[in-house]
Formats: sequence, C-alpha cells, structure tokens
Amino acid sequence: MPLYLTDDQVMLRDTARQLMADEGSIANQLRKYRDMGCSDGFGHGLWKQLAELGFTGIRIGEADGGLGLGHVEAGIVLEEIGRNLTPSPFLVTAVAVVEALTGTPHAQRWFPGILAGDTVAALAVDEGPKHRPETIAMRAERAGNGFRLTGRKQFVVQGASADLIVVAARAPEGVTLFAVEKDARGLEVEGARLVDSSIGARLDFQGVEVDSDAVIGEVGGGDAVLARVLNAGRAGAASEMVGLGSAAMAMTVDYLRQRKQFGKLIGEFQALQHRAAHLYSELEIARSAALKAQQLLDEGSEEAEAMVSVAKAKAGRASTLAGQEGIQMHGGIGMTDEYDIGLYMKRDRALNELFGDPNYHADRLARMKGY
Amino acid sequence: MSELAEFAAFREETRAWLEANCPPEMREPMRDESDACWGGRNAVFKNEAQKLWMERMAERGWTVPDWPKEYGGGGLSPAETKVLRQEMARINARNPLMSFGISMLGPALLKYGSEEQKKRFLPEIARGEIRWCQGYSEPNAGSDLASLQTRCEDKGDHWLVNGQKVWTSYADKADWIFCLVRTDFTAPKHKGISFILFDMATPGVSTKPILLISGSSPFCETFFDDVKVPKDQVVGEVNKGWDVAKYLLGHEREMISGMGLGGQTGSLGEAFADVVAGDPLLRADMARFDVDAMAFRAMSERFIDELKAGMAHPAQPSMMKYAGTELNKARHELVMAAGGSDALEWESDRSKKGKAAREWLRTKANSIEGGTSEIQLGIIAKRILDLPGA
Repeated sequence: MPLYLTDDQVMLRDTARQLMADEGSIANQLRKYRDMGCSDGFGHGLWKQLAELGFTGIRIGEADGGLGLGHVEAGIVLEEIGRNLTPSPFLVTAVAVVEALTGTPHAQRWFPGILAGDTVAALAVDEGPKHRPETIAMRAERAGNGFRLTGRKQFVVQGASADLIVVAARAPEGVTLFAVEKDARGLEVEGARLVDSSIGARLDFQGVEVDSDAVIGEVGGGDAVLARVLNAGRAGAASEMVGLGSAAMAMTVDYLRQRKQFGKLIGEFQALQHRAAHLYSELEIARSAALKAQQLLDEGSEEAEAMVSVAKAKAGRASTLAGQEGIQMHGGIGMTDEYDIGLYMKRDRALNELFGDPNYHADRLARMKGY
Repeated sequence: MSELAEFAAFREETRAWLEANCPPEMREPMRDESDACWGGRNAVFKNEAQKLWMERMAERGWTVPDWPKEYGGGGLSPAETKVLRQEMARINARNPLMSFGISMLGPALLKYGSEEQKKRFLPEIARGEIRWCQGYSEPNAGSDLASLQTRCEDKGDHWLVNGQKVWTSYADKADWIFCLVRTDFTAPKHKGISFILFDMATPGVSTKPILLISGSSPFCETFFDDVKVPKDQVVGEVNKGWDVAKYLLGHEREMISGMGLGGQTGSLGEAFADVVAGDPLLRADMARFDVDAMAFRAMSERFIDELKAGMAHPAQPSMMKYAGTELNKARHELVMAAGGSDALEWESDRSKKGKAAREWLRTKANSIEGGTSEIQLGIIAKRILDLPGA
C-alpha cells in the first residue's frame, strides 16, 4: 500500500477539513466555549454534527451501524481537529473508547449513543502527573457480585462530562478495564481547567462498587486491551499534533510574508527562512510517521507498536517546535491572547502529555529494541 | 483483485529469480565503500560473485528496473519496481551496480537527451560498461553553482573546452564526464550554461585526487586544457543547460537523501546495547535518534511513493536531502560517542583501519555536496513555503 492517502481518503479529508474550518474553527468552538466558561470544555452541538456525518462511528463496525473505517481515516479527521484546535470528544470517545468496547457486550450498551452524538466517554489511566500505564496502582478488589474500585485518576479528558468512564485498575489477576457510569456511587469528580482550556478531570474512586459485567474483556486481561486502546489513542494524538503543528506553521509563515521591519518583509531574512524550512521538514517527517503507524495498525502488523511510539514522539516534538517558533516569529503580538498562535502552543503542551510524552515514547521504543 | 493477483504473481516470480540468481556473497551487507560495484571500462571486481550479480541483473534490465526496455531497462511499472526493491531488501541483496550514470545522468538523458543520445548512452550505463563522473563545482562556483566559468567555445566542427572543475567524485576512475560549461559569457549567468558529455580519455583532460580529512580521496580536481568535443554531445539546447542541471540535481539529492539511511535500517541503540546500558544519557540520545531515524524512514517511503505517483512537490528532494544528511551526520556522531577511544584508532586492524572514524569524517561532506544544507533550506523556504526574497 503506498504511503499516501487514497482517493476516498482525500474525499474524507476534504469533508472533514471544511467542517472543521467552519463549524470547528477557533472562533466558533475553542474561544466561544472558553469565554463562556463552559464546564464541559467542548460544544455538544458540534459533537452532534459529527454524528450526523457518521464521524463519531468512524471506528465502529458497519454491522453496528458505524462507518467501519480504519486508524488512517480516524487520523485524517484528527488532523483537521488539530488544525483548528477544536475541543472535541472525538479522540477519546470515537477512537480510544470505541477501541476498548469493540467486540464486547458493552458495545451494544454504548455504541448507539456514540453514533447518535449523545454519549461522551472518557478514559481514566494516569494516576500521577506523568503517563505511566505500566504501574497502575488503583485497586480492584472482589466485592459481592463484582468489584470495588479504590484509587485516584487524573488528566481524564472530558472526565467531568462523560457518561461513561473506562478505567484501568489492578485486580489480583492483573490489570483490568472497567466500564463505569458517571453517576456511580462513591465516585468524586473534580473538573480541572487546563492551560489549553480543556477539562482534565481528577477522579477519586472511593470504593466504587461495580457489577462483574462492568469488566471489559477478561479479568486480568486489561494490559492487552489497554495496549490496543493506547495504540489507537497515541496514533490519533500524533495526527492531531501534526494538524496543530501544520496550522501553526502556516499561520507563522503567513505572518513572515506580511510583517515588515527595516524596510523589508521579515520573511526575506535568512535567519527566519531557515528556521521555517527546518520546521517544515520536521512536520513532514512527523506526518509520514503518523500515517505509517496508522497503516500498520490497520494491517495488524507487529511493527505497528514501535511505529506508534515513533509517531507520538516525533509528532510531539515537531508540534512543540511549531508552537515555540510560532510565538517567537510573531514577536510581541504572539504573546497576546488576541492572536491565535499562543492557543496552539497551549494545546500542544496538553497533547504532548496525553498518552505519553516524547521522552516516554523514545524510552518505550528503546525497550522494544532491547536496550 | 486481479491487480493484486498480478502483483502477487510478479512478487513470486521475482523472489524465485532472485533466489536462484543472487550469489550468497552478494547477500552480505557491504563492509565499506570498496565493496560497491561501479562497473566501467576498467572495472575492478572484488570477486566473481560481484561480476556475475551485475551481469545477471543487467541482462534482465534490473540494474535500471524502471527504465524503458529499449534503453536497457527492465520496463517495470512503479509498483513492480517497488516489489523488486522489497524482494531485494528481503534477502539483503546488494545494489548490483553503483553508478552516477544510473542515479544522475540517466534520468536527465531520458528527459532532455535526443533519441540518438539515449540509444548511444543509456544501454551502456545500464550494463555498467561506462563509468560516469559529474563536472559541476568549480573553485569559485560552489553553492553559487551558476557562476561557473569553464569556457566552451563553438569552433565550427567541434566544441573547445577550457577550465577547471573541483570535487569531481571519482574523476580519476571515470570513463566519461557530464559537465556544465559556459557557452555564452554575455548572457545572465543562468542563461549561458550548456550541459555537455565527453570522454575522459580525450587529450587535454587531467585529474588530481584531493586528500580529505578521512584519509581517502574520492574527489578530484579536474582540468580541461583545449579539450575538443564533438558537436553532437551537448544535451538539450545550447545555453539551456541549467534546466538539465537542476533536474539532475534533484536526482542527486534523492540519491544522497537515500544515503541518509545508508542501508542501515536497524536500531542504533540496539547495536550499542552494551555500551548504553551503563550510560543513561547516551541511551537517551540513541533512543531519540532511533525515533528520528524510523520517522525519516517512513518519510523516505512516502517520498518515493509520492514521487512515483507524480505527487511530490518538485522541491521536496531538497527537504529529503537536508533531513537525510543531517540525520546521517547525527548517526555517526553517536557511533563515535559509543565507540569512545576505541573509535579513535586510525590504523589498527582492531579498528578495521579506523573504519568508524573515517566514516564519521566522510559524513561531514553529506550536508555540503550536492548543495549545502543551507542551500536546501533556502530552496524549501522559497519554493515550498513561498517566502519572499532572491
């Protein structure tokens, strides 16, 4: 399979691009909900619109009423979301959580709501300030007909407004995933506003009791499911960062073509040209890595795992560079809230932390390679 | 489905042929540059297997699989060429023929050459019979290549060439040269250049190898002193050689960007696992390098796919050249760091005569030759990002 988009994928991209540039724009979504102090951190109207286009079911099989498309297609939509900094449950709900529920009895319970754009789901993995899924400590003890969950989670994206929370906890048999409903007794939710205006909830599970049918997959079999979920989420986040970085670069290059100092367009200065060209190069490489990772995931290749970490690390660093160079090249106005470039840098910081930062993924790659 | 089946059949056929025809010695990784097969009138083969491998591949047209059959190529489609490359990689088959004729001159001849020139020069390139070198840079025309001054005068029944080239790769071993010369000294600098071919055995041509920091001399100074060249050996129109030159430079950049991988597809950190186990900072550098290298490999794959589909931006080779060469330099910095004082040895057999150090030094030229990194960044800025200025 060639490493570029097929004609069908280009059509999907064009549809997503137009929708996100219009409805999903910074003015219509990010700034609007930020400025009204929205406690969900995103707009439900757009989520509904995405559902009408079938996008919320992009990864749900056709038999279940979804589009039955691949990781590549999910990445295409996410790149457009990234370009517009659109606050959206798409990555966590339609990509990560759908991955967790596919092929389980939970699919019947939750997929219709996701397909309709009524349901939002969250994924609770991190327990400290850094992403460390290998050392999940939250306890799942047997109690009655099911389990009692005790422990804290943080950086749960959309965790304050989600109807469903997929949570990873450690049972005696090993890591296990549970589907927990938002109004579960003993679950304390604190919606914490983050630097990018999104909501990353802190969840305190104070002995939350769930039935055994809340288990996703096998008891003790959570690592394998989590690996699939995180692969999907990481590859998707990589695409979102590629989109983010590309838009930040485009905005910056545009500025270089307009701003005059010393009687010249500042884009004529070689010092800036070379840095912009280097940034372009990094983003192109990151885009290739993300697409490769998604193709490998769709093929079910055993090389996918390593490439996903490469993509998340590379896209993370490229998009960080785009934000930083963007502000520096904009100069003083880059520091103002009025200009969008700063919003890109803030969102980049959050996306870099989500599902593991570049250091985490470089380390993970090294371990996979045996060093 | 039928298309898939067709490829499957081609893959199977190719695999079987390679299995039967690629000698075992040619499935070992190349140890150094001297293992490469360059062909030419005075070809030196390291062993019989190398000769056999080149000849068998040439006979099938697979030294240049995507060239038309009438010019000695294999006539394969882009997709078939990719299958062939994959199948060669699968058994670690070496490149049967390294050649500036294949990687640089051939594509330019296919695009700009006359039918007569194509029929005359391409088949002998494909068969590895003539080894070519490139006469581009001059002492005062490096990054500013178009300011070249080698004089080429129309003497009625022949051209007369006088001047000097520098950094001519393997000029002392080459049979023929493709050369940029000035045919009009009054026109603006880009508009008085022609692209000319001639035999290095022509009276008046002399070469002098340049000793480099790596201790080797892959480049020469090349002198032209009243060199007579037949009239039919200009490629494209007279005074329009810059178009040919730019087209060819694109191919050179592709080749050099491919060298960024140097056939080294493994993990660098894995190769030095013992060293990095006791050096967490070096391990971190290696891990970051592996991320960059694997991501660049995906970029190369995408670039080649897009190129074959005619989708690549015309200036994208500059980006590939920039990123690939910088990556290769970074690789060799890390190899030296991992080697420590062992890697400093220059002559011992233990160090394979300073292999690590010599390769490290060689890579420093990667981001200079074929247009410096700074030249590439300038091209990206202007042609891709559409930034203003000269």
